Amino acid sequence: MQSSDQESNHGDSRRDFLKKSSLITAIALTPSVAVKAAENQADERFAELFEKIPLNLTVNNKNYKSAVEPRVTLLDYLREELHLTGTKKGCDHGQCGACTVHVDGERVNSCLSLAVMNEGKKITTIEGLANGEELHPMQAAFIKHDGFQCGYCTPGQIMSAVACVNEGHTNSRAEISEYMSGNICRCGAYPNIVDAIVEVSKGGIKA
Amino acid sequence: MINFQYLRTTTAKSALALLSKDKNSKFLAGGTNLIDLMKRGVTAPEKLVDINHVPLKQIEQIGDKIVIGALASNTAVAENAIIKEKLPLLAMALNAGASAQLRNVATVGGNMMQRTRCGYFYDTEMPCNKRQPGSGCGALGGFNRMHAIFGTSDKCIAVHPSDMCVALIALDTIVVLASVKGERKISFKDFHRLAGDTPQLDNNLKADEMIIRLEISVNNLAKNSYYLKVRDRASYAFALVSVAAGMEISNNKITAIRLAMGGVAHKPWRLTASEDFLKGKEPSIENFKQAAKLAMTGAKGFGENDFKLQMAPNSIIEALTVAKSKA
Repeated sequence: MQSSDQESNHGDSRRDFLKKSSLITAIALTPSVAVKAAENQADERFAELFEKIPLNLTVNNKNYKSAVEPRVTLLDYLREELHLTGTKKGCDHGQCGACTVHVDGERVNSCLSLAVMNEGKKITTIEGLANGEELHPMQAAFIKHDGFQCGYCTPGQIMSAVACVNEGHTNSRAEISEYMSGNICRCGAYPNIVDAIVEVSKGGIKA
Repeated sequence: MINFQYLRTTTAKSALALLSKDKNSKFLAGGTNLIDLMKRGVTAPEKLVDINHVPLKQIEQIGDKIVIGALASNTAVAENAIIKEKLPLLAMALNAGASAQLRNVATVGGNMMQRTRCGYFYDTEMPCNKRQPGSGCGALGGFNRMHAIFGTSDKCIAVHPSDMCVALIALDTIVVLASVKGERKISFKDFHRLAGDTPQLDNNLKADEMIIRLEISVNNLAKNSYYLKVRDRASYAFALVSVAAGMEISNNKITAIRLAMGGVAHKPWRLTASEDFLKGKEPSIENFKQAAKLAMTGAKGFGENDFKLQMAPNSIIEALTVAKSKA
């Protein structure tokens, strides 16, 4: 099972082929008997596999109704379907935190969550933090403290930082570092990121 | 990722029925390990049964038992007031694992079911008896710095990566499993397996079963508990060696003790010989050293991980020393 799946990894999968070939046969031969015969060639389940699942999500207070393949991650859905490209794809394996978003107020790695698992949930991305032209306090603090260099990890860092403050894990610099450890910064802006979080948490602003 | 059929259910009963219909189907909980494995082509289920809406998230004390639902998130357990007060060892172990983002979605049951992080298991170009039985073990004589020193076989030297499970085995946890036929209970120490000749099997969960909940008896170990994790960076890395230690000390005597190690075997590794030795003795450094020595009986390095033969006993002594000083 596994090896045949891997072999067909490039381009059309075995399942793709089965479905397409049965469809093509069905279109080419109009008589209903022939259509039925063609449909029967493919396992029923293969057809089901390609059904898109209805998805209803609220992203940054806006409701989106669509249908997606089950394998689409929340990250890919946000970026490719909704064109909300603020959320970054770093490692795509839950190791770097660049894809961090809030789901019902909690920070998660959107690369390791299927879009369909989030049915009915409220998602907040970096695009949803600012109030119009007014930056979120954490965004302002990152600018003030120079909490980034190249900026690629920054949306994830800021989403994680906002959650870190909301969770109350800001009692010391060590605690902040521990609870921000899921966000990697290759530029090494860590001390400045911690400065930004300290300022927001001390400012009494509910981030 | 190869596509699959996705089904959602709200009861354990229907989840079990859906699972048993299809051999190549899996439950989907937090997905933090499963989705990663599917992206890498290590596993390719044809059907995922999303069980996130099955009501198994309870964390409560019933009589002298603390009951934790299989779908409680790692964060929910680690931040729970009952757990923090009565089972601090479990909270410490949970907080030592993964990142805040992962802990928010990763579940208790999923944590138990997670696969090894052995590089040969993850790399589908490499031989791995766990991923593909009979293909060989790349780690034997290969890159094995992270690998096991206890209970190894010539088929597999991978380790179980969980921190939570090290605390759970130390706490004498009972695992409640369910199938369409009903429930059964097993001891946590019997849940995971050694690799032996069947490294493809991580645990003794049957194909038609699911983890329902955990039951942990309230104990008096809370005051002198400590989870020590030694790793390559200060946070967010798998354990080279970890130690869960819990003691009850009365009149300078150890009246009860639980000790387990992580990062050293194919399953969470309970140190019963060390426990037996320490019980009734003084919590002295000399006794801790002797217990650590006893724990290492049968340990074996594979080259790159030889350092664990020294790191493991040192970690046991350190964990016991810190646990004792907490009183």
